[in-house]
Amino acid sequence: MSDTGHGRQPPAPRGPDERRVSRLMMLLLAVSILAGIGLLVLYALGGQVQLEGILLFVLLTGIGMSIILWGKYLIPPEIVTEERGERPSPEEVRVAAERAYEEGETQITRRSALVRLLLGAFGALGLAAIFPIRSLGPSPGRSLFRTSWRTGLRAVDETGKPISVDALPLDGVVTVFPEGHVGSTDSVAILVRVDPDQLRLPEGRGEDAPEGNVCYSKLCTHAGCPVGLYLAQFHELQCPCHFSAFDVLDGAQPVFGPAPRPLPQLPLYVDEEGYLVAKSDFTAPVGPGFWNRGGGP
Amino acid sequence: MIVPRILRWFDERLGAASFAKKSLQKVFPDHWSFMLGEVAMYSFIILVVTGTFLSFFYVPDVRPVVYHGPYKPLDGQTMSAAYASVLRISFQVRAGLVFRQIHHWAALVMTGAVVFHATRVFFTGAFRKPREINWVLGVALLLLTMGIGFAGYSLPDDLLSGTGLRIGYSIALSVPFIGTWLAFLVFGGEYPAPDILNRLFVLHVMILPALIAGVMGAHLAILWRQKHTNFPAKGLTNDQIRGPRLWPRYAFASVGLFFVLFGVVALLGGVAQINPIWIYGPYHPITASGASQPDWYMGFTEGAVRLFPGWEIRGFGHEIPEPFFPGVLMPSVLFGGMFLWPWIERFFTKDDRDHNLLQHPRDVPWRTAVGASVITFLVVLTIAGGSDVLASSLGVSVEAMTEILRWLVVILPAVALFVTYYICRELRSNDLHPVRESKITTVRRSSTGGFDTSEEEGGGFESVEERLGL
Repeated sequence: MSDTGHGRQPPAPRGPDERRVSRLMMLLLAVSILAGIGLLVLYALGGQVQLEGILLFVLLTGIGMSIILWGKYLIPPEIVTEERGERPSPEEVRVAAERAYEEGETQITRRSALVRLLLGAFGALGLAAIFPIRSLGPSPGRSLFRTSWRTGLRAVDETGKPISVDALPLDGVVTVFPEGHVGSTDSVAILVRVDPDQLRLPEGRGEDAPEGNVCYSKLCTHAGCPVGLYLAQFHELQCPCHFSAFDVLDGAQPVFGPAPRPLPQLPLYVDEEGYLVAKSDFTAPVGPGFWNRGGGP
Repeated sequence: MIVPRILRWFDERLGAASFAKKSLQKVFPDHWSFMLGEVAMYSFIILVVTGTFLSFFYVPDVRPVVYHGPYKPLDGQTMSAAYASVLRISFQVRAGLVFRQIHHWAALVMTGAVVFHATRVFFTGAFRKPREINWVLGVALLLLTMGIGFAGYSLPDDLLSGTGLRIGYSIALSVPFIGTWLAFLVFGGEYPAPDILNRLFVLHVMILPALIAGVMGAHLAILWRQKHTNFPAKGLTNDQIRGPRLWPRYAFASVGLFFVLFGVVALLGGVAQINPIWIYGPYHPITASGASQPDWYMGFTEGAVRLFPGWEIRGFGHEIPEPFFPGVLMPSVLFGGMFLWPWIERFFTKDDRDHNLLQHPRDVPWRTAVGASVITFLVVLTIAGGSDVLASSLGVSVEAMTEILRWLVVILPAVALFVTYYICRELRSNDLHPVRESKITTVRRSSTGGFDTSEEEGGGFESVEERLGL
């Protein structure tokens, strides 16, 4: 950048450069036109995504490059230096503006009772405007505390087939739902068959995994992703989103990752036909944590 | 010939001639880094054009349909009408796929341009008085751009986007006091509620674009009013501006940039496959896949959510769930700090002057060090957002990778802070400010042939402005 103080700079000498540039631009624009026609033909023939991208690229970049070349080489390289000009207004203008406002303000402040009532009316309008927000969703109520599992509901697989106590081989895994609720998002559970002698379930849950069929909520207690991977070697369930791991033998205690709590267990028993049935809902609310999960108001 | 007549017609009605003259002659300082904001603006235009086309075919509906179409691997599968409509755009609408891919690429370019633009403004001190308002509007635009991007890639209702929404729901749920209500009102009930796609669609095609257009308009109007900053140059004072005029030179460069950008994004959209939702498959809330990464600009939240340990605060029947800390608190502190930065800096420098000349990053080592440290933090988190992919390509376990990254996310920002600070100080003390805290030594030869030397304190210049005597 050269400095010439204020005003315009004499145009820089231009020579054969200019001819070469305009010839290049003509070439670019000619290719652009061809690409545009090519696009029409391609479109009429049914289109092809890679060719569409390439032709659009040629068409648009040809236009863009020639405009840039035009600005850079065919227009005098004029660099101007000028005063930025006053930004804060002169003091007397500012004072005049303040006075103009205050004239109106005195008309307001004189009638303070009216002002208060008007503000009250605006407040009421604001409240009335906020209330439709309530329509956006149902009250959370107890919905996060329970699922569709009920005492006596059979565990069924994705096709709705009930699972018998000896259906799974050792280290076998199946996703289960309560009978009649296949696909229910909060009720989804994962059933794992493990060696009953290795199970170390918490107090009082010893009977809840008949013949080593232990069942947990499939929703990660971290961010609610389905805990889909069973690493049989370590007896761990792993979440594919953030890699929390839960020890299946140890009541699904988290052993790695960001999950803060064990997966809630689904207590099971075996009905007279030999199928796995829920004793109750899960042992705790399923999925990610929330403010009143501990039962607070 | 025709243009002056049109101008005259308008001037007789609007009296706009002096505005038109001033606008055409407006001086626009020129530097490659000043283009970043333009790239963001032009990407937005490309997004509006391509997005309008896509919106003519997309259906924001979660109701299940059975797919029968040209993509045979999914033939006969049950999926949402939304996902089916995106398959239709990709395989049946002529030029639909190229528009969809251009749209996605332009979104990635726009977020990138906004981020680099903000970085440029930060490191050169362009946010200082009188430009604090535009800094705040700019940070708002960054948030809006990220928001509209997230809403957009959640629309196809493929397996990846559904997983992202599910995590978003859990993060909303984790807010203390109001989280449960917040999540239920935003999502329309317990996840997955059917209303969410429709809401995201309205946000994505109407509310957020309108907000972006409005805030961007204000951003530009203020830029117009305050005029652009200049890098310090010989003979240029703080009260002057230097550059080409808007018409014709700057306009040619800028319009040319738009077409070249559009061309490059179109090329990417044609040849570089992006978000192939037909490979991910339709979303079913009971499945998720590994290697699920969001678009790059949300990677830092994903990384934070992965790295933060399983801590919760519980008591009195209440709890602050784990996702709150990495998913709400960390971004709030980050963006809150960004919004307030001009005033944070003002608190330390007590500098209340107008600044129309930019700083070089080295001129303000502590600011540059803080910026480098935050960027390092975000880069480590973004890498952590793909920890599983990184782990498998390095042949280590995800657990080991997570442990390493948990250390790095603490150590590297601290290292970056100190290293940047000392590099800037070194650079400042030799290259750009050779006389800083120097002694001026004068050697005189006396008439008898001897030499004597005298030393005096050289001026230690604080900044470029002072060096230039402003």
